[in-house]
Amino acid sequence: MRVIKFLLRKEFKQIFRNKAMLPIIFVMPVVQLLILVNAATFEIKNIDLAILDRDHSPASRQLTNKLLSMGYYRLRARVASLKEGQLLMDQNKIDLLLQFPPGFAAGLQRDDRATVMLDISAIDGSAASIIYYYTNTIILDFNTGIMQRWHNLPEQPGLPLTVESRFWYNEELDYKNYITPGLVVILVTMVGMFLTAMNVVREKEIGTIEQLNVTPITKTQFIVSKLLPFWIIGMFEMAFGLGVGKLIFDFPVVGSVPLLFAFAAIYLVVVLALGLLISTVTHTQQQAMLVSWFFVVIFILMSGLFTAVENMPEWAQKITAFNPVTYFMQLIRMVLLKGSQLQHVARHFLVISAMAVVSISLAVFTYRKRS
Amino acid sequence: MDEQSVIEARDFTKKFGSFTAVDSISFTVAKGEIFGFLGANGAGKTTAMKMLTGLLTPTSGQARVAGFDVWHEADKIKRNIGYMSQKFSLYNDLTVVENMTLFGGIYGMSMPEIKDKAAQVIDKLAIKSFKDRLVASLPLGFKQKLAFSVAIFHRPQIVFLDEPTGGVDPVTRRQFWEMIYAAAENGITPFVTTHYMDEAEYCHRVSVMVEGKIMALDTPAALKARYDCKNMGEVFLKLARNPG
Repeated sequence: MRVIKFLLRKEFKQIFRNKAMLPIIFVMPVVQLLILVNAATFEIKNIDLAILDRDHSPASRQLTNKLLSMGYYRLRARVASLKEGQLLMDQNKIDLLLQFPPGFAAGLQRDDRATVMLDISAIDGSAASIIYYYTNTIILDFNTGIMQRWHNLPEQPGLPLTVESRFWYNEELDYKNYITPGLVVILVTMVGMFLTAMNVVREKEIGTIEQLNVTPITKTQFIVSKLLPFWIIGMFEMAFGLGVGKLIFDFPVVGSVPLLFAFAAIYLVVVLALGLLISTVTHTQQQAMLVSWFFVVIFILMSGLFTAVENMPEWAQKITAFNPVTYFMQLIRMVLLKGSQLQHVARHFLVISAMAVVSISLAVFTYRKRS
Repeated sequence: MDEQSVIEARDFTKKFGSFTAVDSISFTVAKGEIFGFLGANGAGKTTAMKMLTGLLTPTSGQARVAGFDVWHEADKIKRNIGYMSQKFSLYNDLTVVENMTLFGGIYGMSMPEIKDKAAQVIDKLAIKSFKDRLVASLPLGFKQKLAFSVAIFHRPQIVFLDEPTGGVDPVTRRQFWEMIYAAAENGITPFVTTHYMDEAEYCHRVSVMVEGKIMALDTPAALKARYDCKNMGEVFLKLARNPG
């Protein structure tokens, strides 16, 4: 115990003497949250729209006005030809070209049938489908209005079945509620993994590891002294990230915060042990950095931060079963947004504890004082 | 192992794949003698030393260091030795006193003992004004002397010095050797690798390693007489040029 005390004092002194450390701990979370939460948006707000109106009728104008009044569209141009519209789309100036063919209004009046044409730029597939969905909904709504008026239907047609939906746990589908906790997970993962991965290998590069290896310190003393400081920093980072996130984006906290921290405590053991493992098997800080980036990128992209795990192909879902980040990502959202309690997330706790045992054993086994 | 020997190696061997870095060396080092471990770069000195200090697992052979077996009692060996590696290996981002406290603490010294000893070292090296400065800011000569002082801080039985005076000016080298002598007089056995032949003359006994084998082992005077040379440099060249 006494030896660990000396070693810990050394680690903390070194960590806080490192000039890059304080910005990493305090500035990185704020910047990441501020920038990424706003950037990683799934909302489509500013759809750049061009209109090719070959009909110039009250009906085409009505539909145009209805679209523009929604606030999602920005009218970039009224074009006179399809060619002109295509050019704008080629130049990436518009996302959507809405065409009213000649006889649009006449068609509506004569035989209740008219066509509008939507050309959507699908460079970003998911944005394109959202634009399609928005625009289509608005046009359908317009349709219903017209039918009611022309056929003198009552205002509320007595349709036999109507769908009323409600989004549970995030009623307004505010993506910030969902992305901010996710980013806190990423933050804790990155800080924990990178700092530990760089630490031991740095001592290898400088040569001080040899000096430690000829002393009688045990593996356990060494590993505890290497992991505990980053565990504390990781837990602090978690609190700091959540606090800043709450202050800026005010996501709901329905569930138990202690439960969240209990999970984070075990989760960090997994992340730090992986970092230590990387540090043990690599020889330079550069190698350690590349290897940990490799893992972090896969972990993050497969975590369900952006794309729901359920949407992945089955083989990919099988891989995510081994991804610690996935479990934390699910759990933090369940606890914060839904108020899940221990009995609901017991499986997450079991899995992450098993991962902690395996990874720390691997790290202890791989680290050798004698080569 | 007789009473007075602190290192005893028999057929000590290290192979890396098909390359034999240390080829069945045997020698003993007596308590309190300054033992020079000579050889060209790549002769296997550092490898042999790393096996003796428990940094490397030997391939075969036997060795006892400070009375303990290198195969089974590496941890006991580590309590009883000090080591100063080729690379400077104190913590540059800790101060002089913090380095001494860390290593003193690791070897189980009490805080008063550490303070006492640290004051002695600071006094002896005349580095009072440096004591709370980061080691990184020390001149190289001081760094080397400090590294040696830290290596013997916990009063080990043996101190292993791997080319301790590389890149150091002649005056500092001289002072360094005075420290080695003082340590030997205090009962700490210095085991020194070097390729400075003038330093070989300072040792009580030297071994000359060529291509993993010990080609000669005796006092400098006896070696010079045997090979009919004026100085150790000539002895070394003779042995290194005509191995076997």
